[in-house]
Amino acid sequence: MIVIARLTVRELVRRRVVWVLAGLTILSVALVAWGLDRLVSLARDDGTTELQIRIGVSQVLILIAFMFSFVLAMTAAFVGAPAIGGDLESGVALAILARPLRRVEVLLGRWLGSAAVVVAYTASSGLLAIAVATQISGYGPPDPFLAILFLSGQALVLLTLTLALGSVLPSIAAGAIAVVAFGLGWMAGVLAGVAAAFGVELLGRVAEVSRWIFPSDGLWRGVIYGLEPPLVLLLANGNAPRFADANPFYATTPPAIPFVAWSMIWIGLVLGVAGWWFERRDL
Amino acid sequence: MSSPAIELDGITKTYGRTTALDGLNLRVGRGELVGLLGPNGAGKTTAIKLVLGLVHPTRGSGRVLGAPLGDRAARARIGYLPELFRYQTWLRAREVLILHAELAGMAPGGRPSAADEALDRVGLTERAGDPVSGFSKGMQQRLGLGVALLGQPDLILLDEPTSALDPIGRTHVRAIVRAARDRGATVILNSHLLTEVERVCDRVVILHRGRTIAAGPLDEVVAADGVRLRVSNLDAAGNAALARFGPVSVDGEWHSIRPLDASRIPEVVAGIVAAGGRVHAVEPGPGSLEARFLELVTEPSEEIR
Repeated sequence: MIVIARLTVRELVRRRVVWVLAGLTILSVALVAWGLDRLVSLARDDGTTELQIRIGVSQVLILIAFMFSFVLAMTAAFVGAPAIGGDLESGVALAILARPLRRVEVLLGRWLGSAAVVVAYTASSGLLAIAVATQISGYGPPDPFLAILFLSGQALVLLTLTLALGSVLPSIAAGAIAVVAFGLGWMAGVLAGVAAAFGVELLGRVAEVSRWIFPSDGLWRGVIYGLEPPLVLLLANGNAPRFADANPFYATTPPAIPFVAWSMIWIGLVLGVAGWWFERRDL
Repeated sequence: MSSPAIELDGITKTYGRTTALDGLNLRVGRGELVGLLGPNGAGKTTAIKLVLGLVHPTRGSGRVLGAPLGDRAARARIGYLPELFRYQTWLRAREVLILHAELAGMAPGGRPSAADEALDRVGLTERAGDPVSGFSKGMQQRLGLGVALLGQPDLILLDEPTSALDPIGRTHVRAIVRAARDRGATVILNSHLLTEVERVCDRVVILHRGRTIAAGPLDEVVAADGVRLRVSNLDAAGNAALARFGPVSVDGEWHSIRPLDASRIPEVVAGIVAAGGRVHAVEPGPGSLEARFLELVTEPSEEIR
């Protein structure tokens, strides 16, 4: 398994995926820095108070994180889909799987190597953007590490689904399904909030179940919670928390521990089912 | 006595409605160099993949190197060149071999020397540091052969090992395959190039529609007694008369009857003449592997083992 994980990281480095991600990180952080600097400068020139600026920056950061979560979903899909599926389609897998190793070892090794790269990208890019934003605006989110942790979790959910699908489906289909699932998961999260706000019980239940089936959106709430300033939470909780939760860019509470535990179990289960299927598949 | 290298007993493999193997029986002894032949879709590649556990039988059972099909410990002693050979194009040739040495479970200290030995054997020493992406198809096939020979495996499965090679490369592969057999390895050579098989193999196994239709030492399979006749003016009744002597295959004016006892050849000629046909040439005796192969796969055959 470790051999395959190392091979995967080496592949992503040699095929310039890591360098492209590093380049994108620098570019995106530079754009964030420039944009925030302009916004903060204009606001200060306008006489906006520091408190207002900090709240504004916090919301911009959440929007940037949302964009970044989408980029991460795409990255996870592009890295995960061909990890097994591509090797099967090209024939590279035949020589590897004829060696004395279990197919599930190949699957887990591919997952581990891809996960290492995706998490490293998430952490470096995310923390760098937050550090730059803090330096420019003076506002630092309450728990950037928690936000990055949940952002990484979300990316791992996407990676797991894509890689698992790639072991039984053509890689292009696996990638497409995972991206659609990401979108649907986010929609389900929005609908769950709306249903809760307006008391639509059935819709709420369906949306809640789908959130557990694909825990991507639930983890996204953890990202927002880590970035949301306490003042905004205080105001939202004081007024109408039900309505605040209907907004996909607000989270008044962090994801519950059972949900976080379930997300980890979900990753294990999906890999387990994929491994079971992959072992029995004819190549 | 050691167990056979490969034993397949009544293996059937179906993919949906398609039957790739239909009760296949196959036995390959240790140290044999066996040619696995058959037309497209005969089940040769499926049979090789079954041995490696890459596909699972629908029915039947088998053993490889004394262990169940696909056994991991057995796979450590098998070298395999797939028909669709592709290796990591972003690795260098030597890195591919070191990777496979590691995957095969070789000790870290022995991997570089095993890789260099394999590169030398397939004539790629000078290209050891080059990325695989720059390799021609023939060079990639050589590399695949090196991967299959890595660590001196007990069983070597080569699926179309010369399909991308030039005549020099084919000669080289013949020498490599013979050397492997000489050191005691069992080699299965799956090839469409019958002349290649004829030159190196001790035994041949011919598959057709997922079944073994002929198996044995090369001279026995090829040497089924028979006759080849050049005949003209033969009508339907004449053809029917010929078919009474045995299975007939026709190639233009040439008619082959095999198997046929040599003592019956005058009777065949008399039969053709009596039916109004004219006999221009009579060639008794065994044909080439190609002729025998064509006869076997173009006629309904009983399994002979």
